[in-house]
Amino acid sequence: MSGPETFWVEVCSLDDIPARGSRILKTEAGCIAVFRTASDEVYALDDRCPHMDGPLSQGIVHGHTVTCPLHSLVLDLKTGAACGPDEGQAITYPAKVLDGRVNLDLKKLRR
Amino acid sequence: MSRKKLVIIGNGMAPGRVLDHLFETAPGHYDVTIFNAEPRVNYDRIMLSPVLSGEKSYEDIIIHDDAWYHRHGVTLHRGKRVNEIDRDNKRVIADDGTTATYDQLLIATGSSPFIIPVPGHDLPGVLAYRDIDDVEAMLAASKTGGRAVVIGGGLLGLEVAAGLKQQGMEVTVIHLAPTLMERQLDEPAGHLLKREIERRGIEVHVEANTKEILGTDHVESVKLEDGTEIEASLVCMAVGIRPNVQLAKDAGLEIERGIVVGDDMRTSDPDIFAVGECAQHRGQCYGLVAPLYAMAKVVAGQLGDDRDAHYSGSQVSTKLKVTGVDLFSAGDFQNGEGREEVVLRDAAKGIYKRLVLEENRVIGAVFYGDTADSAWFFQHIKDGTDVEDYRDTLIFGPAYANGGAVDPMAAVAALPGDAEICGCNGVCKSRIQETITSEGLTTLDDVRAHTKASASCGSCTGLVEQLLALTLGDAFDPNAKKPVCPCTDLGHDEVRRLIVAGELKTITDVMQQLEWKTSCGCAKCRPAINYYLVCAWPGEYRDDGQSRFINERVHANIQKDGTYSVVPRMWGGMTSPNELRAIADVADKYDIPTVKVTGGQRIDLLGVKKEDLREVWGDLNQAGLVSGHAYAKGLRTVKTCVGQEWCRFGTQDSTGLGIKLERFLWGAWSPHKIKLGVSGCPRNCAEATCKDIGVVCVDSGYEIHFAGAAGMHVKGTEKLCTLETEAEVIEYIGGLVQMYREQAWYLDRIYKWADKVGIEHIRETLEDPAQRKAYCDRFVYSQQFMQEDPWAQRVAGKDAHEFEPLTLNRQMEPAE
Repeated sequence: MSGPETFWVEVCSLDDIPARGSRILKTEAGCIAVFRTASDEVYALDDRCPHMDGPLSQGIVHGHTVTCPLHSLVLDLKTGAACGPDEGQAITYPAKVLDGRVNLDLKKLRR
Repeated sequence: MSRKKLVIIGNGMAPGRVLDHLFETAPGHYDVTIFNAEPRVNYDRIMLSPVLSGEKSYEDIIIHDDAWYHRHGVTLHRGKRVNEIDRDNKRVIADDGTTATYDQLLIATGSSPFIIPVPGHDLPGVLAYRDIDDVEAMLAASKTGGRAVVIGGGLLGLEVAAGLKQQGMEVTVIHLAPTLMERQLDEPAGHLLKREIERRGIEVHVEANTKEILGTDHVESVKLEDGTEIEASLVCMAVGIRPNVQLAKDAGLEIERGIVVGDDMRTSDPDIFAVGECAQHRGQCYGLVAPLYAMAKVVAGQLGDDRDAHYSGSQVSTKLKVTGVDLFSAGDFQNGEGREEVVLRDAAKGIYKRLVLEENRVIGAVFYGDTADSAWFFQHIKDGTDVEDYRDTLIFGPAYANGGAVDPMAAVAALPGDAEICGCNGVCKSRIQETITSEGLTTLDDVRAHTKASASCGSCTGLVEQLLALTLGDAFDPNAKKPVCPCTDLGHDEVRRLIVAGELKTITDVMQQLEWKTSCGCAKCRPAINYYLVCAWPGEYRDDGQSRFINERVHANIQKDGTYSVVPRMWGGMTSPNELRAIADVADKYDIPTVKVTGGQRIDLLGVKKEDLREVWGDLNQAGLVSGHAYAKGLRTVKTCVGQEWCRFGTQDSTGLGIKLERFLWGAWSPHKIKLGVSGCPRNCAEATCKDIGVVCVDSGYEIHFAGAAGMHVKGTEKLCTLETEAEVIEYIGGLVQMYREQAWYLDRIYKWADKVGIEHIRETLEDPAQRKAYCDRFVYSQQFMQEDPWAQRVAGKDAHEFEPLTLNRQMEPAE
């Protein structure tokens, strides 16, 4: 149950993700949506909307939010929480850009 | 009682306003005769800048149309210049010999632009900025591009410069003083303004003195005192105005700079009034609209026997009518003994605010970048309010004045009833609120119609809306003018118009120039803007995939489980064994679980994994199948019946026509989906009369229908026309589709658009062969950039990142 505090993994270069867009990271434990905002921040969320499992990676990215393509729930990329009157919480993964490479902390994937 | 005779010389905004008041308060007192040197009715001169920038047309700025003159029995002599006032016989004489006698005379000759008498000032291409003729001359000149030099960096000069820039010209402003608008702004604000003007691509030369204008038979360049020479295909002088007093002077009236009037607005001859820019009151001549309207009210009062009506001068404030520049100034803002100043700067936001105080009273204010509270401060200046109690927080505005919480409504709520809201029309807060209540007004347009507030320059629109909200509470629905989304206050029509007028060609440009409230929009506005740009600038605008809904981004329909459906096009619903074999093969090869026939006469492959899309498309392409755009806001299907080739009732080749239409229309992005049906006879087997566009073949030709729907709403079509040949059908439908593409709000089907603009309007427009052809031609032009199979493009490698997931190295995979 114990282990290292973090598990940072390099997944791609920043340029692999379109600005105001996303890529899907496939892992054996499921898909992670990796987002890049207009101002080049990166965020990673489970690619499943808390509402009805819609693939968030396919949504429109605006500001620090993404709109789910299935039923237009808007999620905050920083916290994974649904915005406004909606409720719901997507799992997030710490993400950062180092020397133009996108790194994710996938510790949560290790069970 | 016989009516008295009122003669008016001049037909600008001030006398127009006199008559408005006079007909309201003293109807039937006068027979009115107007002499107008311009061949026009009364129009709104402060709206010349929006006409120049393309945001409004001449028709939009007419104040009194012909019907108004007729209704009030006013005799309007257009194009007749009065050149003599014969006071002895109380009559005026025009240049063509027309005369009119008066009991009361009103001189409203206005002012003339000052033309600097440098060599070359009379060359063709050198213009002033005074009336609609000047604007039209500038618009004509701007068509050929080139550089315009604007002499004068004051209020008018900058509005002209911004307008000409919007019309696509290169623009240079030459200004004599060291800072722009030095009469209204202090040096720091002038500097911020200069930076903003330059950021818009307008060159600014300050401390520049024009020496001469060069050219042989047309202006070619402008030479400055320091030797600099600037090429120019157009020169506009906007260096000031001079009251037109010659006529009054010849008549022996008292003249200084303008025609001298007393507080009762009478000249030295008590039967003669003067109003507007030609008048001089207590040593002041005014060039802004608010004082002119205040004078007009007094003139009307005096004419209507209200002997107490008097004018005691105006405090003036200034706003610049250049979209996106917020500046305000009022009062006296020079430093001096006994004066103190309070300054607030926010460099990052480009905000500068300065108040000048004397004996705890605000006597001057200059704001740049944030003018939201300007009405409150202007009221302080006019009232001479003592601010001692809240001096510390004064500069933060009314929200803090009483230590209260920040509430966007606080500013307007804090204003006293007599606070002026609309400076142009002199409408105060209580008047607006009372009218809202007594007339039951609910929209901005209502308030404009009833009080004229916000109906002139529009800069007080926000305040008026807040007053509506304040007065009506929840009953006020600001969405009566529906904004595109919460990121903006603009409606779809305005955004579309401003994109075209301002030649905005990127999403960033649109959001910047139209002052979007969010940094990069939202899932509602981005797709709309993206479409409007696609439509406005075919071949120029680069489609922004990230602003499209996923279906249009990956050219397939997302399903509830995150897989996609694939629908190849079957032209007019026709297919072949070869195509069907290819579809069967891909279904097998890629384990596609569901194959379904659609309502639009084609075949849907459901449950395709995203990673397989490109291979599926590649195989379908091999058999000649292309995208059916089943996911697109664009042409979906053209449903047909078999027509005369097989059917015993068929009157025309409905299948063939359907195929031709589908080949003509496919690929064009539009506000929403478009479905067509072509039936070979009135039995209507292709269900053409509930489609966006339907054709019903009859013996004599083709009935064209439109504006039907069979979705959430079921609606039969309206008949557009009956045509004789297929070629006519194609031109008509091309014209209709383009008209819809250019006008409709994003996500409005044709029937909703038709509801908004009117079925009859669409019919009339398309009946006109010239307009129909123009629309159709624009459609054909646009189509050359649209008709490329998006599937083949992606098979060839476009947008690969959409289809290829990232993966981790084996050892990076999380352990159990």
